[in-house]
Amino acid sequence: MRVAIVVFPGSNCDRDIFEAIKFISKKLPKFIWHKETNIENFDLIVIPGGFTFGDYLRCGALASNSPVIKSIRDHASRGGAILGICNGFQILTETKLLPGTLIKNSVLKFLCHDLNVIVQNTLPSPFTWGFKPNTKLNIPIAHNEGNYYVNGNELKKLIFNGQIAFKYEENFNPNGSVENIAGVLSENGRILGMMPHPERSVFSHHNSLDGRLFFQNLIEQLLS
Amino acid sequence: MMKKNINNECTLDQAMEMGLTEEEFKLICKKIGKTPNFTETGICSAMFSEHCSYKSSKKWLKTLPTSGDYVIQGPGENAGIIDIGDNQAIVFKIESHNHPSFIDPYQGAATGVGGILRDVFTMGARPIALMNVLRFGEISNPLTNHLLSGVVKGIGGYGNCIGIPTIGGETNFNQSYNSNILVNAMAIGLVKKNKIFYSAASGIGNPVIYVGAKTGRDGIHGATMASAEFSDDTESQKPTVQVGDPFTGKLLLEACLELMKTDLILSIQDMGAAGLTSSSVEMASKGNVGIKIDLDEIPLREKNMSSYEIMLSESQERMLMILKKGAEDDAKKIFKKWDLDFAVIGKIINEKKIILKKENKIVCNLPLDFLVNDSPELSREYVIETSSKILDNKNIIKKESIKSIIYKIIKNENFASKKWIYEQYDSSVMGDTISIGNKSDASIVKVHNSEKGEFKGKAVAISTDCNSKYILNDPIEGGKITVAEAARNLIVSGAKPLAVTNNLNFGNPEKKEIMGQIVGSIKGIKEACEELYTPVVSGNVSLYNETNGKSILPTPVIGMVGVIDDIEKIIFMNAKNNETLFIVGQDENKFDGFLQSSLYQEIFCDDFLGQVPPINLKKEKQLYDFITKLNDNNIINSAHDISDGGLLPCMIEMLLLYKLGININLPPRIKTPNKENLLFLHGWLFGEDQSRIIISTNKPDELMEFSKSENIKIYCIGKTNNTGVVEIPKYDSICINKCLDLYNNTIPNLFS
Repeated sequence: MRVAIVVFPGSNCDRDIFEAIKFISKKLPKFIWHKETNIENFDLIVIPGGFTFGDYLRCGALASNSPVIKSIRDHASRGGAILGICNGFQILTETKLLPGTLIKNSVLKFLCHDLNVIVQNTLPSPFTWGFKPNTKLNIPIAHNEGNYYVNGNELKKLIFNGQIAFKYEENFNPNGSVENIAGVLSENGRILGMMPHPERSVFSHHNSLDGRLFFQNLIEQLLS
Repeated sequence: MMKKNINNECTLDQAMEMGLTEEEFKLICKKIGKTPNFTETGICSAMFSEHCSYKSSKKWLKTLPTSGDYVIQGPGENAGIIDIGDNQAIVFKIESHNHPSFIDPYQGAATGVGGILRDVFTMGARPIALMNVLRFGEISNPLTNHLLSGVVKGIGGYGNCIGIPTIGGETNFNQSYNSNILVNAMAIGLVKKNKIFYSAASGIGNPVIYVGAKTGRDGIHGATMASAEFSDDTESQKPTVQVGDPFTGKLLLEACLELMKTDLILSIQDMGAAGLTSSSVEMASKGNVGIKIDLDEIPLREKNMSSYEIMLSESQERMLMILKKGAEDDAKKIFKKWDLDFAVIGKIINEKKIILKKENKIVCNLPLDFLVNDSPELSREYVIETSSKILDNKNIIKKESIKSIIYKIIKNENFASKKWIYEQYDSSVMGDTISIGNKSDASIVKVHNSEKGEFKGKAVAISTDCNSKYILNDPIEGGKITVAEAARNLIVSGAKPLAVTNNLNFGNPEKKEIMGQIVGSIKGIKEACEELYTPVVSGNVSLYNETNGKSILPTPVIGMVGVIDDIEKIIFMNAKNNETLFIVGQDENKFDGFLQSSLYQEIFCDDFLGQVPPINLKKEKQLYDFITKLNDNNIINSAHDISDGGLLPCMIEMLLLYKLGININLPPRIKTPNKENLLFLHGWLFGEDQSRIIISTNKPDELMEFSKSENIKIYCIGKTNNTGVVEIPKYDSICINKCLDLYNNTIPNLFS
């Protein structure tokens, strides 16, 4: 299991992802600086959360022009698995590797708390297969721009294709996202963008261990 | 005005405009043997400002205990450092950003966070947690909502972006802060004991390096602003507020820590208050050397900045470093990687002077010893005022039921949950957060990677406290209580209290009674810190917190840090079903309770003047040892300090999470309702007697035995049940769901 963690100036969940993957896979992931242009042979590329380039201009917009993005695109076109969490999700929508966009939380505030996300019935994907649809995972969020938006036609397509990976519970949507969407898959199911932080519910001192389940399942699926 | 005569001799009027007194200006002229020019006067005035020189408080601060077996660094550096074993140390400090936050709440608060983080990572530590202590005016003041929203967004804006969890603190409201809010930010960092960096410059000829963001005109002479009272033209001071850039802060953090892994760097200091002036002066004087700087080499953001502006700018995210000779190129590579400015701006010289050159002219030549050692130390007159008022039966509210009183206390803005605030902070980034002060009385972060095999790791616990009512009514006793409450919060979380950082926020020290608050509370803090073995290792003083002559409540904030040797010994505050609740430390014969200075008095009586609950520090210490012993013997299931609001509100806090009920066992004297007994009843339920802790246990017999053998008083309140109703037999029933609703929704309803 070879995992790359892409680090941009302003990434701040890189170490957290590193610790989570190390703990679960018993293998050391590799940090990839955003200026590197040659990343090959990884089973999974993770784009961690943070405030890349200060989130100036637009969240993820500047990072999506970093040199490393070309290699990430190449990895995607080979059908490689990519996980973008929080700011990583924003970068994936900015690069158009995932549809839609993430705008300011409807309450216009940064929000950080635990909540439940519900695993959806999706197209085949290493990120969701292995979970029974409607499984609840308790995972914290921490974001200011997590309000996922796509227009009506695209939303229909997402639903039809089974690209919605996670939803917030009805009435507990923290950011106003369309259809309570918390995570979205690419058309081939190999790329996931999600706002909640599974790396923050992995260790016994965390409030929940559901993030551990998420990573365990992902690693099993990728290795099988 | 500035540019024309900047190299000419400064006039007395100009010096006074910069905040110097006539006396100080004359002293400067005499000591340096010339009349200083404008730039030199600016530098002297910044170094002599209250903010940099602590001139009003120095005499008293010196009396605080600052040493201990585990103290690695006491006051006088960028931050204090304590040893927590395993070659690890904790670096921490609290600092105020009060005046800027009132003028520009977002930037003021954000740069407060940025500044305190730099104080910690400049010592080689990776910051692991942020705390903040906030004071706002009354809720009904239209400015309060604007200030609170701005400050909370600013704290989050910086802390969230830089990726350090904000894990606790406290927020209070009182009309005395209407025009002068308090924003005190505390940062805690973790460092390897053999990789600590200090600020003392060394090595004649070694290069002086400027790194970080460029210098602009923001925050010029901010240290002086922070040392003056506000008046109605505060708006005009906006340009003196610094502007923060957390992204650059993050890059600077990573670049500095990367550089510190090498052996290229000798010493480093943050350019904080009074910017390049205080950093260069302090680094050189601590190292007993001199410093020569070429101002033409400083990376500037704006054109045509004068030497005065460059030296007094408080632009953020800048550091001053001394490198080893020849290390410049390798160090530069690291800063280039992080896209930060890196400039060799001068060198260390033998002569103990600060010499500044601009356009090939010497624009400043001042002796260093004078700037640091001869800064004034004042013996201001003071009078310690105390209140002797006692509440009696006629002050007690008779019309309201217990139920109605408790609901009003819970929904009071100073008691209700501050979740609405702290959910706007990223509290879980870095993955080590254990409690953000909602699960335990202290905030707790795990020491990263401290687990080994079966051992689950150790943790750092932090508590910030200040009860201004106590300080106002009796500065000395109030000072003691503030320290004791912080320590108690650590003890009931399973931590061992180690050391203190303090932030002394007061009004104008030129007034005798304000100076009395300062002197008195320092006396109290000193006594408590000595008795409880918690030396003061860092701190900050913020004076002149007044607007149009009206002072804030005295607010000497204590930030205490402790260690938890095994995270499995952490005590949380929520009781579970079928546990027995005890008050530990309660003398059952003394059930009349202490209502003076209480939250009860604040809400239901006309004022909160009154005596302060007495505290016996020896008994307090015994209580700590007892609780620790109980915890070692696995007798405690949960614990909570009895503080603001008294017994009933604090007990209800323990029942909220699992929505429990309890049938309260009342002391004999109040078992039967009787109008004459109302004072005792309310005193027992809402009095704020000190040195008491509520614990829940499944081993009441063992607890009773321990209490006998250790001679600690305990009182059994009753057993928790799952009815969700708190029964006070023959008086009232309280609904926990209603309490929970008021507790959680009061603040959102006020501010959303």
